[in-house]
Order: sequence, then structure tokens, then C-alpha cells
Amino acid sequence: MRITGKTWKYRDDVNTDEIIPARYLNTIDLNELAKHCMEDIDKDFIKKISKGDIIVAGKNFGCGSSREHAPLCIKASGISCVIAKSFARIFYRNAINTGLPILESPDAVSGIETGDNLTIDFLTGEIYNKRTDKTYKAKPFPPFMQEIISSGGLMGWVKKQ
Amino acid sequence: MGMTITEKILAAHAKKKKVEPGELIIANIDIALGNDITAPLAIQEFESLGLKKVFNPGRICLVPDHFTPNKDIKSAEQVKILRDFAKKYKIKNYFEIGQMGVEHALLPEKGIVCPGDLIIGADSHTCTYGALGAFSTGVGSTDLASVMAIGKLWFKVPESIKFVYKGKLRKWVSGKDLILYTIGLIGVDGALYQSMEFTGPVIEKLSMDNRFSMANMAIEAGAKNGIFIPDDITLEYIKNRVQRPYKFYNSDKDAKYSKIHEIDVNNIEPQVAFPHLPENAKGVSKAGKISLDQVVIGSCTNGRMEDLRIAAKILKNRKVSSNLRLIVIPATQNIYMQAMKEGLIEIFINAGAAVSTPTCGPCLGGHMGILAKGEKALATTNRNFVGRMGSPESEVYLAGPAIAAASAILGRISSPEDLT
Repeated sequence: MRITGKTWKYRDDVNTDEIIPARYLNTIDLNELAKHCMEDIDKDFIKKISKGDIIVAGKNFGCGSSREHAPLCIKASGISCVIAKSFARIFYRNAINTGLPILESPDAVSGIETGDNLTIDFLTGEIYNKRTDKTYKAKPFPPFMQEIISSGGLMGWVKKQ
Repeated sequence: MGMTITEKILAAHAKKKKVEPGELIIANIDIALGNDITAPLAIQEFESLGLKKVFNPGRICLVPDHFTPNKDIKSAEQVKILRDFAKKYKIKNYFEIGQMGVEHALLPEKGIVCPGDLIIGADSHTCTYGALGAFSTGVGSTDLASVMAIGKLWFKVPESIKFVYKGKLRKWVSGKDLILYTIGLIGVDGALYQSMEFTGPVIEKLSMDNRFSMANMAIEAGAKNGIFIPDDITLEYIKNRVQRPYKFYNSDKDAKYSKIHEIDVNNIEPQVAFPHLPENAKGVSKAGKISLDQVVIGSCTNGRMEDLRIAAKILKNRKVSSNLRLIVIPATQNIYMQAMKEGLIEIFINAGAAVSTPTCGPCLGGHMGILAKGEKALATTNRNFVGRMGSPESEVYLAGPAIAAASAILGRISSPEDLT
């Protein structure tokens, strides 16, 4: 599967309170949650992004709380993929379980700026940056995680058990 | 090659003799937990499977503690999802207002979580139960849903980092100070995907309440779990609480660690973590003059008896600064009652503090003490992220109960040593 999108770049240690502040967690309505996506790190985020855009961030993306509302609201906002230098552990699990595409590639992150146009091939893990004409390779998922992803997320995998 | 306590617990629950870091396993879960923020999503996922029952109604815990007592209509609807689910599937451990507490103080107090257990919770501070010598980790709602269905979950066996604390603790230095100092040392992703094992002569003498506050913050260094080797102090705590078989595990002498940190506690003074990351820890003497608008004493990190006793000792016959609000939140109903019997609640109220029923409330900017733009708070909680307690333009400083109480009296970040 290939996607193309425009990037929005953020710093290290973006936490789940910044991705979706707890003050909005009194609902599980994803459209409602998406309105506040990334609000405490970039209050105009939802106004400026277009469907298919890509979030790029430094190390430890998604640190903090276990709220699955974080990957869910990123997905519901129309973001197609998150590329980071590294992901916090629970966010990593939650993204896989809920089917938000994520890629880990410190090199790609260093070579990407806000506004760059990327083409990503999820099968090969290749990230192509049109502006710099450079291709980066993300770490592939271990086979077990690929099995969860191909089952359509964790609940699909559970149904097989 | 020997195994660490974390590897042994994971191996036992995967019915294996041995596991190694990096290995993917499917393990049986002893206890699974959800709260009023995370359980509604898990319940929605669980119901999509169309199952008639949960894997074991006695092993699931639902604790509405974040936005409770219900702060608004939406929160009330969320809690109702938990209540109805608990009734429908005969979940024994659903804790209603009046019996509930902050989940990570409540479950150990009720003897629900035991040494040697494998525990998951859809709350990142589930790592707290590592204080009992259990493997305990935070997960998301979908993971919780899958455990409610099949009682199992996949794990990648983590590498372990060993922390050895040596020396003599200085006055007013608590477990909270040790963990803030440690996070300051290794950073907020210093233990990413790894296990933090807390050991050494200082730890062997550390009380359970202090161990809980240390294990609680393992996630703030990115760790998968934090763990203590159970001992006589653990035994004394679980006696009269735990009603089912449990097991004490220990790390082998030749267990492998990715890193060993030796920490001399002689030079550690009470810590304050500055905005906006828990790793921004420094000694209170280096804090400078920072005036505060609010102090919160409570939470799953520091809302236990020992924390309240320390705070009351400092606040006794003193008054909260007129420029500041002090909110004290005993973490459970039992702690609240005990604090009342010991006269601590009277000390807090006489000092001018607001004492609240148990709730996570202000810690996550939910309710019961939200900050306005430009305000600064010092809290005994575990996170000081941007907007954590309210306005994205407010600030949160983290510290232990002694610093919190002294700061509430002087109206600025202070040590009890600054009081006359």
C-alpha cells in the first residue's frame, strides 16, 4: 500500500495530553475527539491539516497516558501515518491495535521538514521525500505484529484465537 | 544464565521454563483493570465480539475514578457504561462512589493484586503494582478488551535495567524524591520498552507506600514496568489483605541487565520536577523563587497514609498561604477514614486546605482544581506536561508531600527547612 501526503513536524516527547487533552476524554465519540487532535501542542492543527497528511516527530512520540483516544483521534482527524524517531511503548501498541499506520525512522525524521511531500510504501517501509529526492527505510514490523495488522487490528486477531 | 524477576514472572505466565529479552510470548493475565476513561472503549470493543461472558468475572476490575464523582453529563454516561457492564457480566470488582478510591491505591489496599501476578491495566500508572513484586504494565483499551475476552495477551519480554540505591536518606527525602531524581538521571525515555528493577540497601528498608510511589512513576521514564523484590515489608503489607495464592520471585545472581545504575542517596535532596517534563528534576535548594497559585497533595503517586502523615506533620498549627489554594485528596475511602481517626483531616482543614473525596480529578486536569492561564501549581502527582492540570498556559511542578506542604505554607516552592 502506498500513500502520498504533506508533513507536519513536531518536537521530541510529544505526549498524549498534547495529542488529546484529558479535558475532552468524557466521550468516546471519535468525531468529537478529532476536533481537538494535537490541540495543546498546535492549537490550529485541525484547521490546517488536509486528509492524508502525515505527522512527523522526534523521539518518544505518544509518551504519557495509556489513552487509546490518542491514536484513534489522530486517525479520525484524517492523518494517514505518523513517522517518529521512536514511539512510547503504550502508544506503539495502541497504534497497532487500532490500525493507525506508524513508522520508526530517525534518519527520515532528521531529513524531513514541515511541508515536505512524502510517498510511503508500507510494504517495503520506504519513505521518499520529494523535496530532497531522498529515500529512507523504516524499521520493519516483527512478523507477529504484521499478523495483528493483517488481521485488521488486535480484535481481529482475538477472533481467530 | 539466570533470569530477572520480570523474566521469571513472564515465563511462569507463558508456561515456559525460560524467556529471554526480545522474545514474544502470549501470557495468562491474573488481573485486568479499566477506569471511566479507558473502559468504555474497551467495553465497546468487547461487545463487538458478541461473547456471552468475560474470561473470569473475578479477575476484572473496573474503577470509575478519573472524572468521578461524575463531573458532568458526559462523564456520568461513561461511568454508567462501566456500571451496566459490571452488572451484566457479574464483575465483582466494580467500585462505586463511596467505596472507590484512586485505582492504584485501591487495588493493593483491597488485596486484589498480589506478588508474582501478571497484571495489565488500561491506565499507564498500572506499573504501580510492581511495588508488590508483580509484573504490572499499562496497556490500551483494545488490549484490555482482548484480555476481558480471552484472559491472555501478547508481550515482548523487556530487557531490565537495575537501579541500586546506597547510602543514607536525608531528612524529608522520600520514594518520590528517589524516583524523580532517577528520571532526571535517565530521562523520560531512559527506560523505553525496558523494565526498571529497584534494589539496594536503601530500597530494602523502604516502606510500601514509598515503593508504590516509585513504581508508579516507572512509566515516566518510558519503562514497561517497575519492580521491587518482595520481602518481609511486602509480606507485612499483604497479610490480612491478599486472599488467594501468591508467589515471591527474586532475580538470579547471574541475571542479565542491559545497564546497572548505582545511586548514592547521601547527596540527594528533596526534588522538584520543573515544567513540562518529569525529567526536569532538581534539588529544592536550586529551585529559586517560584510563587505558586495551587498545591495538590494526593493521587496514585502520593495520596497514601504516609504521604498524608508527612503533610500533616508540617501543616500542624500552621496556615496555608493566603495567596494559594491547597487541595488534599486521600486516595481511598480507607485512607480518608484513617486520616480522620488520626486527626490529620482536622489539621488540614484548620490550616485552610480543601479536603476532597477520593478522585484523580485535578491530576489530569479533569476537575476539582483546574488551573487558569498563567497559574502555577505544585503537585504530588506524576505528570507535569503542558496543560496537564488545566490551561495549556499553566505550569505544574512535581514534588513529594514534604515539599508540597511546606510550599503551601510559604506560597512558593520551599523545603520544610525553610519554615521557622
